[in-house]
Amino acid sequence: MAASFLFSQFVGGLTTAMFLFLIASGLSLVFGVMRVINFAHGSFYMLGAYLAWQMVQWLHPSGETFWPAALFAAASVALLGAIIERVLLRFLYGREELYQLLFTYALVLILGDAAKYVWGTGQLSVSRPPILGGSIMLFGATVPLYNLFVMALGLAIAVGGWRMLSGTGAGRMVRAASYDREMLDALGANVGAIYTGMFAVSSFLAGLSGALVTPIVGIVPGMDVEIIVQAFIVVVIGGLGSFWGTFWGSLIYGQVLSFGILIFPGFSLFSVFALMAVILVVRPWGLLGRPIR
Amino acid sequence: MTGADVALSHVSWPLSRRIPWTLVVFLAAACVPFIGSRYDTFLGTQIAIEALFAVSLNLLLGTTGLVSFGHVAYFGIGAYACGILMKTYGVPFWVAFPAAGLAAALGALVFGYFCVRLSKIYFAMLTLAFSQIVWAICFKWNDVTGGDQGLPNIPYPDLDWMVLLPGLGHSSIADRFYLMTLALVALSLAAVWKITRSPFGRMLTSIRDNPERAAFIGLNVRAYELAAFVVAGAFAGLAGALFGIFNRGVFADYVFWAKSAEVMIMTILGGMNYFWGPPVGAFALVWLNQEITSYTEYWPFVLGAILLVLLYVFPGGIVGGVVAGYRYARHRLAAHRA
Repeated sequence: MAASFLFSQFVGGLTTAMFLFLIASGLSLVFGVMRVINFAHGSFYMLGAYLAWQMVQWLHPSGETFWPAALFAAASVALLGAIIERVLLRFLYGREELYQLLFTYALVLILGDAAKYVWGTGQLSVSRPPILGGSIMLFGATVPLYNLFVMALGLAIAVGGWRMLSGTGAGRMVRAASYDREMLDALGANVGAIYTGMFAVSSFLAGLSGALVTPIVGIVPGMDVEIIVQAFIVVVIGGLGSFWGTFWGSLIYGQVLSFGILIFPGFSLFSVFALMAVILVVRPWGLLGRPIR
Repeated sequence: MTGADVALSHVSWPLSRRIPWTLVVFLAAACVPFIGSRYDTFLGTQIAIEALFAVSLNLLLGTTGLVSFGHVAYFGIGAYACGILMKTYGVPFWVAFPAAGLAAALGALVFGYFCVRLSKIYFAMLTLAFSQIVWAICFKWNDVTGGDQGLPNIPYPDLDWMVLLPGLGHSSIADRFYLMTLALVALSLAAVWKITRSPFGRMLTSIRDNPERAAFIGLNVRAYELAAFVVAGAFAGLAGALFGIFNRGVFADYVFWAKSAEVMIMTILGGMNYFWGPPVGAFALVWLNQEITSYTEYWPFVLGAILLVLLYVFPGGIVGGVVAGYRYARHRLAAHRA
């Protein structure tokens, strides 16, 4: 097998991994702090994609309009997330976790149909921003510049997020909230604001990754559920609520998906399922997660 | 003892107590083909099947306290198993039907083994992920499942012997299938009822109420949860087998997560703390679906909105609301007399 083929598979896996990390990190963050599994995280991702497409159409389909469109999409989704947390979700914190799950599930149904209503059921696409339209040759494989950008961005967000969480005052607050909400509340911190902020940041990441994925894959209804299942598998592999676990989980997922195609042609997802099953047997709480009951 | 027991044993009036309501409902349902239209029979068949599906989910949700977002996987496995056996291999229904339950139970055993090892939230995520895996397999495995084309033209079971029964001489095949479905669903519901009232069922409820304590008194919580998962999967598979024949085909849509949402909402709409909640929810949702889909294609949107209303306004569902209203009325009446 040619080395260039293996390398291009590797790069493809890395690109998938960085997208998954952008999405799954938001899911993992909200769970780590708020103990809520947000089924609607994939819907936020989908909205990010549709909003970016919409903005590109409004501004100008060609030219460097992709960047402001992506930022607009991510910011709008973050705002939507903050509103949903503030107006609806916060009244469910005291209830059983079933109700929180069902709430985010209801959002999936509603947002999915709303997107169908506004943008229809056809496939939409956004072209790559011209500045990153080219590609370079690496070890005999063609690598689009845009994919390199996505990889660099994913890595930057991983390192930046980790620095934020471990080194800044805000990061300390977030970690404290994930340890003991009541104690932090008693010490006078505004836990409600932290929760809203975390939900907004998580939605921002979902919206941003949805916008960034548009030049690579088509925008279709159903992309919300497809991605949320993949993000679930990533956090199951890496460990729910663990920041670096999500990172490594995405990397492993990407490579297994990419090379699994050599073992199961036509159904590479199967190798990922097999990997998940193995990890669940060996370490049910994920590679870097802690056992939670 | 679930809420339904407590409620009924305290609330019932002497007269209503002596009427076997369950029997009355089933007898009334059995009259539908004789007095209603063909369309009523069609709806009745669907309601009966969905009721069984919802009751099987409630064995997890209400009885054991396990939140499964992927129950549709076992419904789908049952539908495909029965469809493949009957269509591809020409196996008679009376063999294919129990085989579908068995296949679904096996699927539930494999997936459940992984799911029950984890905490509640992980459990919910994993069940959804596994159901999407089943969907992906059904969608892609062309040779066996027909892929995105599905398996059309599944034969009806051979019900010609029913012509010999009094009153069924000129019945249509759809009527006969409805009556058979009703009988099978009634038997299955009776079995689930027995299970929830058995020592095994009580153990499941004690796990729901306090898993730590159940483990502390020596119960193997994971094994009981897995057993509940398998039993619930088996009944979902039976419902799926009937659904495939009812729809004259099995398609990958049956296994799609939106179907999971539907059955979950049925269960909660009816009231998951009551045995008869899910069938009531099935009745309400199937009827609502018929009414609403004639106006709009955005049925999932309506489902989501119903779910939100349930969460914030009526967490007890329809049966919960009726029981609460009944208690309130009795309370007021008693106060008035005194």
